[in-house]
Amino acid sequence: MDILRISDLHKSFGSKKVLKGLSMTVPEGSIFGFIGKNGAGKTTSMKAALGLLEWDKGEITILGERVEFGKAKTNRHIGYLPDVPEFYSFMTAREYLRFCGELCKMESGDIKKRSDELLSLVGLSGEKHRIKGYSRGMKQRLGIAQALLGRPRLLICDEPSSALDPVGRREILDILSSLKGETTVLFSTHILSDVERICTDIAFLEDGVIKAAGKLSDIKGKYRKNEYTVETASNEALSVLLESFKALKRTGDRTASLVEGETSIYDVLRFVGERRIPVIRAELSEPTLENVFMEVIEK
Amino acid sequence: MRAFIAFIKKEIYDSVRSGRALILIILFTIFGVMNPAIAKLTPWLLDTLSESMAESGITVSQVSVSALDSWVQFFKNIPMALIAFILIEGGIFTKEYVSGTLILSLTKGLSRSTVVLSKASLLLCEWTCLYWLCFGITYGYNAYYWDNGAAKYLVFSVFAWWLFGVLTVALTVLCSALAGSFSEVLLGTGGAVILSYVIGFIPKAKEFVPTFLTDGSSLIYGVRSAEDYAGAVVVTLSLAAILIISAFPVFNKKKL
Repeated sequence: MDILRISDLHKSFGSKKVLKGLSMTVPEGSIFGFIGKNGAGKTTSMKAALGLLEWDKGEITILGERVEFGKAKTNRHIGYLPDVPEFYSFMTAREYLRFCGELCKMESGDIKKRSDELLSLVGLSGEKHRIKGYSRGMKQRLGIAQALLGRPRLLICDEPSSALDPVGRREILDILSSLKGETTVLFSTHILSDVERICTDIAFLEDGVIKAAGKLSDIKGKYRKNEYTVETASNEALSVLLESFKALKRTGDRTASLVEGETSIYDVLRFVGERRIPVIRAELSEPTLENVFMEVIEK
Repeated sequence: MRAFIAFIKKEIYDSVRSGRALILIILFTIFGVMNPAIAKLTPWLLDTLSESMAESGITVSQVSVSALDSWVQFFKNIPMALIAFILIEGGIFTKEYVSGTLILSLTKGLSRSTVVLSKASLLLCEWTCLYWLCFGITYGYNAYYWDNGAAKYLVFSVFAWWLFGVLTVALTVLCSALAGSFSEVLLGTGGAVILSYVIGFIPKAKEFVPTFLTDGSSLIYGVRSAEDYAGAVVVTLSLAAILIISAFPVFNKKKL
């Protein structure tokens, strides 16, 4: 089942068209990477899904229920973590979670139990100070705790790791990754290594529309350009190969790459066999998400 | 209802922990004490100044003061207290827009109407408590030193001024729903009060504008009777209700 469905979403700011018919679906149980350049409209789409921003045209549904601008009804299924979460700095983390729990109409005992669980999940259980003194990473972690408090079916995170140092980033990704199976996670980012690390599904937003979307493995497969890496035992051996096959491109001292076209890898391997050229390896290279991304946005 | 209580509780925490509540209590207490104090000190002040005044040809005869002088001071000072109140507490909406703290609460399923309702209720409650605190202190001192019975329509005159404060709070609430920054809220609220003064210059409209309610001195001296204020009371009450009610749909459409 799809937890979030966006159909033909349009949004302009003045004369600038940010979303030009964005359509996408987030399947339940996925960790969904919403990828796009800065300013591509990721935050705009997410805020629309939360009913925080009015859109011009299109429809958004959460678990089949229509999202309306200015209404908070569908938000009961969602936990939201903005890119820079802002809390009431005069409260402590525990007080803030209690406040959030009361807003979600949770039972008092449940709020306490859930707060304890979540604060230990995000590593803030020992923190007694007011939020005023928190670092950015701590705020981000508290942000995840508050977002998960009401056991939402969908967690929406806007660039959760972009502003953090490598340690903080890793912590956030580990927490998000640990939610697999419990909560569907939709997170926007432009950091592709983060996506490769934890996502099951992805969508590329470019020029106001989704250029490619689906399972991470499917997308990678689709954009796989049968590219091979060949490594020889010596520089001379590689030179022999390069002279014979124009399609081979040198990538290192003893390595070259081949994008299959007129020349197939079998032609190269036959040549290697006949001439008994010492080869260490010949392997199909996995396309990196970065290559896929570049290809998608260039199309 | 639970969300309303939680949100009000949060507002009270904020007011108390930031020290704003304490500042306001001290301020309104000072104003409450100042009214009778100024009245009590007037004869002494004039006495000390009489010599220099005599040199410039002004003779000061025996001055007697009563509770009336203290109440006149009350009506002179309370506008300053109201301005201080709006300056200190009037930003409770806009500071949340600027910091973005409302976003998380709204995504928790908190309805926008609850935000307006709780903030407006808090402002009205605070204004009411602080106003009557100031009144109570002045009343107590006046009763001790003089006789409050000298002031005619006392209860109505202070009620009328309180009602004017309620309208100002309602203005602040609507302006906060419309505006993005505190300075815009101040500009809107101040502008509307000035507009009421200006309309008050038209003789036929004079007794119907909300600012007419601030003329408490005419009431306590018996120059005017409570009935004369009926028009202004009705207009002010209706305006306050309209302003607060219209803040809801305006806030519902606000981009945050």
